[in-house]
Order: sequence, then C-alpha cells, then structure tokens
Amino acid sequence: MSKSALAYVVSLILLGGAVVLGVTVGTVPISPAVIWNPSSDEAAANILWNIRMPRVVLAGLVGAALAIAGAAFQGLLKNPLADPYTLGVSSGAAVGAVMTLFFGISIPFLGLFTLPVISMIGALITMLAVMGFARLVDRSMKMETVILTGIIFSSFLGSIMSLMIALTGEELRQIIGWLLGSVSMRGWPYVQMALPFVLVGSFVLWLYRRELNAMLFGEERAQHLGVDVKKSKMAILIGGSVLTGSAVAVSGTIGFVGLVVPHMTRLVWGSDHRHVLPLSFINGAALLIVCDLVARTIISPTELPIGVITAFIGAPVFAFIFFRQRRGGL
Amino acid sequence: MLQIENLSGGYGDKKIVDRISFGVEKGRMLGILGPNGSGKSTLMKLISGVLEPTAGVVRVDGRPVGDFPAKELARKMAVLPQLHAHAFSHTVRETVSLGRYPHQSGWFSSWSAEDEAAVQEAMQLMDISHYESTLLEEMSGGEQQRVFVAQALAQNAAVLLLDEPTNHLDINHQKELLDTIKKQAIEKELTIISIFHDINLASMYCDELLLMDEGSIVRKGEPHEVVRTHDVESVYQTRVSNHPHPELPKPQITLLPGVRRTPAGLKVKAGDFLVTPEFVAYQSQLPLKTVSSAVVNAGSGWFRNFLNRRVDANYNVDNSYEEMVDYIEDSGLKATDTVAMMTAVRTEHAIVREYAGDFGSIVVAVTAGVGNGVDVSQAVAREQRVGTINTWIMVNGILSDEAFIQAMITATEAKTKALQHEEVIDPLTGTIATGTSTDSCLVAATQQGETLPYAGPITEVGKLIGTGVFECTVEAIHLYREAKKV
Repeated sequence: MSKSALAYVVSLILLGGAVVLGVTVGTVPISPAVIWNPSSDEAAANILWNIRMPRVVLAGLVGAALAIAGAAFQGLLKNPLADPYTLGVSSGAAVGAVMTLFFGISIPFLGLFTLPVISMIGALITMLAVMGFARLVDRSMKMETVILTGIIFSSFLGSIMSLMIALTGEELRQIIGWLLGSVSMRGWPYVQMALPFVLVGSFVLWLYRRELNAMLFGEERAQHLGVDVKKSKMAILIGGSVLTGSAVAVSGTIGFVGLVVPHMTRLVWGSDHRHVLPLSFINGAALLIVCDLVARTIISPTELPIGVITAFIGAPVFAFIFFRQRRGGL
Repeated sequence: MLQIENLSGGYGDKKIVDRISFGVEKGRMLGILGPNGSGKSTLMKLISGVLEPTAGVVRVDGRPVGDFPAKELARKMAVLPQLHAHAFSHTVRETVSLGRYPHQSGWFSSWSAEDEAAVQEAMQLMDISHYESTLLEEMSGGEQQRVFVAQALAQNAAVLLLDEPTNHLDINHQKELLDTIKKQAIEKELTIISIFHDINLASMYCDELLLMDEGSIVRKGEPHEVVRTHDVESVYQTRVSNHPHPELPKPQITLLPGVRRTPAGLKVKAGDFLVTPEFVAYQSQLPLKTVSSAVVNAGSGWFRNFLNRRVDANYNVDNSYEEMVDYIEDSGLKATDTVAMMTAVRTEHAIVREYAGDFGSIVVAVTAGVGNGVDVSQAVAREQRVGTINTWIMVNGILSDEAFIQAMITATEAKTKALQHEEVIDPLTGTIATGTSTDSCLVAATQQGETLPYAGPITEVGKLIGTGVFECTVEAIHLYREAKKV
C-alpha cells in the first residue's frame, strides 16, 4: 500500500473510532451495537440518534472545516502559524454572527442560512483586511507580522462583540456560551445549516490543491509555474472564509483546530496539499469529536466549552511551531 | 523566438529598466551582465511577466506575453528565480513535480506517464535522482539550486529564463549545471536568457552577451564584442584585463586588485647571479613576469627562481621534465616558483652582464655551446645532439605583451648575428649556423619602474638587448672554444 493510501486508511479508522466513542460514551453509556440495531434499546437509540449523533456530526463538520481552512491559509500565506483563529478570521465571523443575533437579522430568501452567510461575509472581510494591513506593514508578509495583525484585529473585533453583548441583557449568557465555542444542544438543524457550506468550501479548496503547492514557494514562483495567482488567491480566501464562517456560525469560535491538525498531518505525511487538504479534513473531524467528548465528560455532569480543550492542546502546539520556525531552522 | 521591444518598467514610480530592445533567436543562449542594481533582475521580471511593464512589449513566438493565459505561458517559458527560504518541508520529487503544473488541467487530472518521464529526466539531468525523497531543507544551497533547475526543466518550456543559475555552486557544479543547460539548449533548441555575475562563465557559455548599466544596454553582441576591458571597466568601475580562454575562442577577464603588496625598488643586478660549475641561478625577492621556452614552467608566468642547470653531454633521461622537477625540489626551491632550463655547456663559463640605459637597466646571461650549429634556412634531416645557447634577458622595467615578444625577436636576431660573427658553421651543410638545435630564450621583467611598450631593435631597451645579447653570446662562444681546445 502506498504511503498516501495508508494515510487515508489510518485517518478514516481514527475518524470511525472517534464517531463510535462520541456516540457511545457519556452520562448514559450506550452499547455500540445500538448503532446498527436501534430496536435493541429504544431509549438509548433515541439518545444516540437525536442528541449524540447530531452533536458528533456537527463537531466533525466544524473540526473538518476549521482544519482544512487552516491548511489552506497556511499554504496561501506560507505561514505555519496561520489558522482561522490566529488570523482573526474567526472573530470576524463571530462578529457577523453576533450581529445577526443582536439585530435579529433575517434575510428572507436565506432563511436558516442567514446566520452562516453573514458569518462568512464577516470572515471574508476580516481576512482581506488582515492581509491588506499586514502587507502595508511589511511587503514580505513575515510570519510574525501576519499573526500580530491577526491579534490586533481579533482584539478589536472582540471589543465590538463585548459591546454588543453588554447591550443585549437577557440573552447574555447564551451568547457568551456560544462565543466560547460549543457544539452541544444544537441538533440536526445546525448540521443542515453547516453541511452544504462545509462541503462547498472544502471542495473549492481541494480544487486549488496544486496551486497551493506552487504558492508554498512564493507567489512569484507560482506565477512562473503558470498559476493564475490572483484568481487562486481569491478562490482560496473565499473558500476558507465560507468554511470559517459556517463553522463559527454553528459552534462559536473554537481556536487552534486549524493550526494543530494540518501541522500534525504534515509532520506525519508530508506537505503536499493534494493530501494535506483531505487528510486535514478527516483528522480535523476526528480531533474535534474527541475534544467534544472530553469537554462533556471530563468534569461530568458539568460541560466545559470545547474551545477550552482545543486551546489547551493548541496553544502549546502553537508555541512549539513558533519555536521550531525561529530557532530550529526550518 | 523572444523579442523585447522598447521595454521599460520598475517598482512604483521608480523606473529601473529604460527602453530596452533586443531579441534572442531559437536555440541561442544570451547572458545578461551588469553590476548590482543595474536592472538585470528587474528586466528578467519584466520579461517573465511578474512585473507589468510601463512601456514596451515582450513577444514569445511573435505573441505578446500579456496575451498568454498563465498556464499556457508557463508551458512556453520556464523561470529559475534566485533561491528563497521557505517555511514548509518538501521532498525533492514533490518540488520537481511542481514543474509539471502547467501541463495538468481539469479537476481530477492525474499524473500522466509523460509527466513522470519529464520529472525523471529532469532529475537525472541535474543528478539528483538519488535524492528523490530527501527533504529540501536537508540539502545544501547548491543542491537546492539544482532541484530548482530540475523543476524549471520539467516544465519542458522552449524559453528558459535563469537568474544566476550558478549561485551557491562550487566550480564543478557550476560547470556541470551550465554544461547540462547548454546541452539542453542545443539538443532541444531551447532559447535561454540568463543573468550572470561571473563574466568569464557568461563568456564561455553564452552565444551572445548583453552588458547593462543603469537600466540600459551598454553593449550587446558576441562575447568578444562585449567582454572588452574598456566597457567592463567603465560599467563595473573596476580595473580588469582581458585575455583569451586557453581552450575556447572566448575572452576572459581578470580582476586587477587595487591593493598590491609590492615594495618598490626591486632590481635585477648581474652581481646577484650565482654562477657555479653546476648551474647558473638567479633568485629574485619578488616574482618576475616571465616568458620563456624553458624545460620547467615554459610559457608565461610569474617566477622567483631562475635556473640554468648543467647536465652531462650524455644526459638522456626518458622523463627529463620529472627529473628536472626533482632536481629543483632537491635544491630546496619550489618547482612551481622556478623556471629551469638545461645545458651541456660548462656553466662556470656563463657570461652575465648588466647594461644600463635611460629607463633603467637589463641583465643578460648567456651560456653557449656551438658544437651543434644549425643553419635554420637549410632544412636537413639530422640527429639531435647536445649543444645549446641559453639566453636570459632580465629587464628592470615594465614590459607590455608586445615588448616581451619583440624582446625575444631582438635577442634571437642578436644571437644569430653573434654566430655569424664567430663564423659558427653548421657541420652538415657547411653554411653559417643561425643557432643550435635546442636553444632556449627567456625574457623576464620586474614590472616596476618605467613602462616600456615596445622592445624592437631601435627602442632604448631593444638596443640594450641587441648589444647585450650579441656581446655576451660572442664572449660565451670564445670561452666555449677555449675550453674545447684544452
């Protein structure tokens, strides 16, 4: 079996394992047999299919979306520290989402999709602003410059959110809980809300897998190799924003997934985007399902926000990558 | 194949390349030379389309570069940029494979046999096949450079733009890389434009050169038209001298350093010559510029030690050169710093004299044996016998290249005149000899003091050489004949 085939098999097995664990472990333990044979235990099947499964699927979608978006942003910016969270794109999406909730915006023909679409627009605007500002500061867009710009933007956007939350009053708790990131109590409608965008966004990024490979060597080199840099860049930015926006709209800001997963994937399987993108997608889903499982079981019956778990893993990984980039050569 | 018409451009308002026009024909290699900041790289970026020109047009196959879709242009034109650091790990194979990007299309397009063949061939040409799965970051700068050249070759484009392809490479890899590229250019009729820092490399490999300064073309043409002392000196603001390549009909240049550790006052004096029964020797404090027909270190060069060694009349060694080198080393001298000749004449009979003129002085040293006189105008089959006139002329002054050759001619004429004066006979023809069968001549100069552009017989130095060589040779023949009588 070739190395890449092995990578897919291993990743899919991990994902499968995560799903099974995600739906069976909890305050009410459920036998895995219930998955194939719901009639054996009606009550358990009810919990499994109506509470746990949508939660697991949603966590998987969000993890997949953030991970593949992170991988694409890193390739586009040649920056291993880039991810929707560190770039401030998640905050942009969150502002879009909070605004939608705060003002009760509902665009008629979008209906259910109003929330993710406005989040996506927030994400895209933020991404463009961050890149524009970073380029103004430093034409070569050094790693640190981009990340610092991301921090500036997320602080600013964070304060806007705090302001809006302070003004809401009664819905305060709900929005704060949402902000910290969670996939609990969302149910199938949220899955429906996110699914089309996650699929479309991921497909767009996957179409640009070869362009991303070329762009890792710099935009100029990519152009020499025949890449239409402007078009590819825009497509990747839009694809990444669609993914980030839809993920944030259904789960709030969950940090570092887009950083950790592509990094681990590259470490094990190399940095060819033809594989990094789909593998990040699968592994991102598995990771977030496991994180969510930990978040709801570690201090059961109380649930931790899932963002706490991802940050707990992600921040040290961030520090490690930063250290390696600066001190360990490449 | 490639036409550049009135091309101008730069960054922002700053115009770096100013109305440049030239063309390169299919299968030709053009080298761009110029000092740092002369606009070479900017010109390259304008040609490759990375920078938008403010005026002018670049045509490939008659079609403006701007009209090509990105992928189609990349199939026509491959670019090798200067090396950059990058943040992610890639294997050599992944990197070279990217060169096939412009040949792939469609959403699910897969790797074709043609892609694979092109990648394999490019890796083989650059001698990196065995590195296939090595990570780029684990390789040296030179190896990485070869990977990127392979990437550009894998593009299979008819036009190749190279920005200092030999950067980071040692001389062996410089040669290998340029040989490979040149071979590709010939076999596949590639059209190549390459920036060079090294004028000599550019001269050796390019069919045409283009010398740039301040965004404009100073000179364009074949290497001999461009690599000229005057232009190179004015563009690079540095002193150079040009000379022919030893094997190729291409000019090469040599830097003339601004700082030299040469104390003035170097003077060759007759009294410093060491004359013994075994040899005549002169050791100079500093190397003298020398042209000679010696046994060891013939031709031209700079040497400190000068040796005229006596060997037995029956000296017959298969490899006289090796034997001579051993002899020099055994005497405690460095063979690389010594010009050595041999003679069967008794070296204590050498005549060493100093002749003074207005410009300075010369020293002439002659050993003569005329038992083997030859009249050069009568070509007759003869067996080789020992009997040699060795003539040294050391000049305290600066000799030009012409002066070195003229000094040789003048010395030879004076020697011939001396033989005539002494009525040395060619025993085979019975006519007056013009020399012997194994004569050697050496002209050395301190290259300090007055400049002597010519050394013909009516120049000051020529007169001294003529008189000196004549007198010394006549006297040496006398001593030789007297010694024979005893």
